Amino acid sequence: MGKRADPDKFTVTKEALLPGLFFALFLRWCVAAYPYSGYKKPPMYGDYEAQRHWQEITVQTQVSHWYRNTTQNDLQYWGLDYPPLTAYHSFLIGLVADWLDPESVRLFASRGYESDQHKTFMRWTVFLSDLYFYVTAALCICIDAERILGKYHSNVFKRTDIATTFFLLYPGLILIDHGHFQYNCVSLGLFLWASFFIIAIQNDTLATICFVLALNYKQMELYHALPFFIYLLRKCFMCVPNKGRFSHIIHRFNKLAIAVISTFIIIWYPLLNSWDDVFQVLHRLFPVKRGVFEDKVSNVWCSANVFIKLKYVYNNEEMIRMCFLCTIMAALPSCIDFFFRINRKKFVLCLINVSLAFFLFSYQVHEKSILLVAIPVVMHMPEDPFMCFWFLLVSTFSMLPLLLKDGLLIPFLCTSLIYLSFYSIILKLSNKDAGILSFLNADTVYKAANPMANHNSVILKLLSTNFFFSLQGMFWLGLGTLLVEPPPRYPDTFPLLISMYSCLHFIFFLVYFTHQQISLPTCLPIKIKVKKN
Amino acid sequence: MLVEITLIVTAAKLFFMPLYRSTDFEVHRNWLAVTNNRTIDQWYYDETSEWTLDYPPFFAWLEYGLSHIAKVFDPEMVKLENLNYASDMTVLFQRLSVIVLDFVFIYGTKSCSQLLNEGNLLVFILLVTNPGLLMVDHIHFQYNGFLFGILLLSISNMITSNFIATAFWFAVLLNFKHIFLYVAPVYVVYMLRAYCFTVSSNDGVHTPWYSFSLTNLIKLALTVISVFCLSFGPFIDQLPQVFSRLFPFKRGLCHAYWAPNFWALYNIADKILQKLCLKFGIPVAITEASMTGGLVQEFEHAVLPTITPSIAFAITAISMIPALIKLWHLGADRGYRCLSFVRCLTLCATCAFMFGWHVHEKAILMILIPLSFLSVLGDIDCNLFLFISVVGNYSLFPLLYPKNLLSIKIFILLTHIAIAFCYIPALYELIRIKPHKKRGFMILPGLKRFQSLYLYGFMAVCIYENSIHTFLGFDKTLPFLPLMITSVYCALGVCYFWFYYYYYFLTFNLSRVPTLMTSRSAQYEKKVT
Repeated sequence: MGKRADPDKFTVTKEALLPGLFFALFLRWCVAAYPYSGYKKPPMYGDYEAQRHWQEITVQTQVSHWYRNTTQNDLQYWGLDYPPLTAYHSFLIGLVADWLDPESVRLFASRGYESDQHKTFMRWTVFLSDLYFYVTAALCICIDAERILGKYHSNVFKRTDIATTFFLLYPGLILIDHGHFQYNCVSLGLFLWASFFIIAIQNDTLATICFVLALNYKQMELYHALPFFIYLLRKCFMCVPNKGRFSHIIHRFNKLAIAVISTFIIIWYPLLNSWDDVFQVLHRLFPVKRGVFEDKVSNVWCSANVFIKLKYVYNNEEMIRMCFLCTIMAALPSCIDFFFRINRKKFVLCLINVSLAFFLFSYQVHEKSILLVAIPVVMHMPEDPFMCFWFLLVSTFSMLPLLLKDGLLIPFLCTSLIYLSFYSIILKLSNKDAGILSFLNADTVYKAANPMANHNSVILKLLSTNFFFSLQGMFWLGLGTLLVEPPPRYPDTFPLLISMYSCLHFIFFLVYFTHQQISLPTCLPIKIKVKKN
Repeated sequence: MLVEITLIVTAAKLFFMPLYRSTDFEVHRNWLAVTNNRTIDQWYYDETSEWTLDYPPFFAWLEYGLSHIAKVFDPEMVKLENLNYASDMTVLFQRLSVIVLDFVFIYGTKSCSQLLNEGNLLVFILLVTNPGLLMVDHIHFQYNGFLFGILLLSISNMITSNFIATAFWFAVLLNFKHIFLYVAPVYVVYMLRAYCFTVSSNDGVHTPWYSFSLTNLIKLALTVISVFCLSFGPFIDQLPQVFSRLFPFKRGLCHAYWAPNFWALYNIADKILQKLCLKFGIPVAITEASMTGGLVQEFEHAVLPTITPSIAFAITAISMIPALIKLWHLGADRGYRCLSFVRCLTLCATCAFMFGWHVHEKAILMILIPLSFLSVLGDIDCNLFLFISVVGNYSLFPLLYPKNLLSIKIFILLTHIAIAFCYIPALYELIRIKPHKKRGFMILPGLKRFQSLYLYGFMAVCIYENSIHTFLGFDKTLPFLPLMITSVYCALGVCYFWFYYYYYFLTFNLSRVPTLMTSRSAQYEKKVT
């Protein structure tokens, strides 16, 4: 067990921690200086207006009216469609807004309210939420990753300072939260905390509570629910003493069940006047009528839609059933493997696989949902830097059409460039001879992560070649989107091409990560010390 | 690693493109138009815009060259009558021109940091991430970066004893921006001592007069004069007009926002005395205009004697003389004198900043940039660099007044000083024989207790300025109070820095072993032993 035996005494590398942290925060503000979604685009504006509208609704109307169509709350105009925790968060921010600038949350009159001051205020709310939920969780996870390794490890990707900076520099989240304007950092931060409690502290109750909170902030966290469920369920049956076996299991199970139910009740209590209310909220959360995908998403259905117009072949009911089946099929290998051959290292991989399966096959997917896959990949980064980095680049690239619509081209290019340069710096830290382009070489990258391991050089060469061509493809597609005028009959050519291109990558990654998970042994290998006589 | 860091910094600069820009943007656009449309003999006479050309000829030539590229981006940009023209392409072109010219700065930084044995990467990072330069050049909009690049080139040539190259680069620099005249005495004194006197004595006091080499002096003079001829030659008929543009004396003692120097303290003392006198019924002249009002160019002090340009220049010159004399003596030692040169350069820049007439707050960069180079070469330099880098960069904050830039300013400064505080003191920990005692509570690494306390004060200043002041409702009645507080608080720090650094330089003794050496001085040591 090494260092874990003495949890109070550990040292981590922290020399570059502060500069890296501040730089990551600085970058967030650089992106925040750019326009948000729906900037000066009446009548509907965008996500920024949605958030502001929710503040207005939550501050000005009663709790029971939040999810209902009333004279004061027109659900057709950005009605609340996230679970209650989002509403409470909006309420809290709305109160502050009401105190600082009452005009910005005035009922009806404030629709489409935009000013520089208000923008700064809104950006601050995202920034503080990010700092409070996401940054702290990332820091804890990275510290723990190095702590269990002990002092004399050589994986440069696990150095606390570097891992944290790299964690926080991931462009996708920065662009969506601080540029496009959303509060993904809150739900993802809570999710990270839940994972932290499982990976590091092994406090299952706290993990459950954090995850339920995350789920109640955004229903999209359901993508991560299966691994949590399997893990916690499986833990109930593990290492049970023979004596009083049954009661032991019941006891553990009850503990988790009480945690889940009580958290749910506390959160939903203000809304629970009748069952009808609950159904109304649920109806708002899962809008079946909105179709299988929105805009251009890089999942299977959107790509298939190019060849077969799904809308005309299947109705919504059938489509939902098909989505459900496909999602289950895609997630099943990983889930079964995780249930029967449980291992804490597999937890993150299982998260990646299940959420990726959900992203590729499930119903009503947004392009931003790729963040739900990307964050577990960021967590997995130190183990498998080459593939994870590739995935993260593709995931950011898949959001390019959305970012272009918001006028976030420069931030997209700059954050990606910075991410790439930082990655290259990390490689150079572990290997002095590494050149600027050595990130293309899988062998160098894996040597930096783990100098001892022997990798199959043929596969590595294959991967490196593929990575190179994948980057080329992204570059030319991006350039085409910017410069080439699409034929007037097909104005969406380039967004479609981008989403299909990314979709191909994601299917490949699903196969790859599932393979990685299955090939991990059930138990961690225990190092046996050989006594030399 | 240098390439990656350059990429990261350049990406950060690209971020700033659509942000706030000051009137300097229009100034430079106008110069593009003037140089493009007028014949050379009209450049310094044109008065279409209020922003007339007031930089030396090389800069005008640079604008002339740029204007040809500008035409490709947007031909409307170079039309004289298009005042305040700022299309997207104009912004893109102007911003890109600063970013591209900044590679001169990066090259200069590289050539300087390469000379170091230890901490060369650190110096490189410190220089290219200098928040003041990033803010002034890439948000506020100016072309300081490549000018400082040329300055660093001349410094690196001086360290490697390429005196002719040094003279050439410095003369070029002077013809780009004449503000560097303030540090010219340092170059003159040092070159005379180190280049024109070929023999050096060991005691560092006596200079053998017989070793004076006239050829070397002529070589230097020829270099400098030819550069100046190249620059001012085409304008030979209109020199008085050019000079009247370059040195306008119509401006006041202080800029609209008081640069944090001696005069800021002088002004505030005058204000307080005036208030006191009125209270005790002593009759004094009542000056109406508030000095921080922004528009007032010339004003009279109420109690203290009013300062005229000649007084300010006399004080500046007098304050430099002891340092220059000391430099003359230190110049006797071949091994170490180049560092004394950089120190004296910093010191004279500080003197000019402290007592100069109509000093801009941006002039603090003249102190910060050479000092970042010195910060890894001596522990007192390190201590003072850590101190002044916070003060100096904070004093530039009022330059970017829009409220939405506040967080960018804060985090760019925090990133820079975090690098400085985490890495520079660690260099000295390694070479210390006795490990340092554990740092006390709340004391920043590499600083003393009261220095740390003073720096913590900036947090209070920042909070007051940005929230409490408005909250108390003073923003209507006393709109310039926050600016005054910032400049006076920073002025205290700069004054302390000036005293301490002057004392350090004057008492500098060659028997004190240099803590970290440049490669060149190390070579020299090898030769001697």
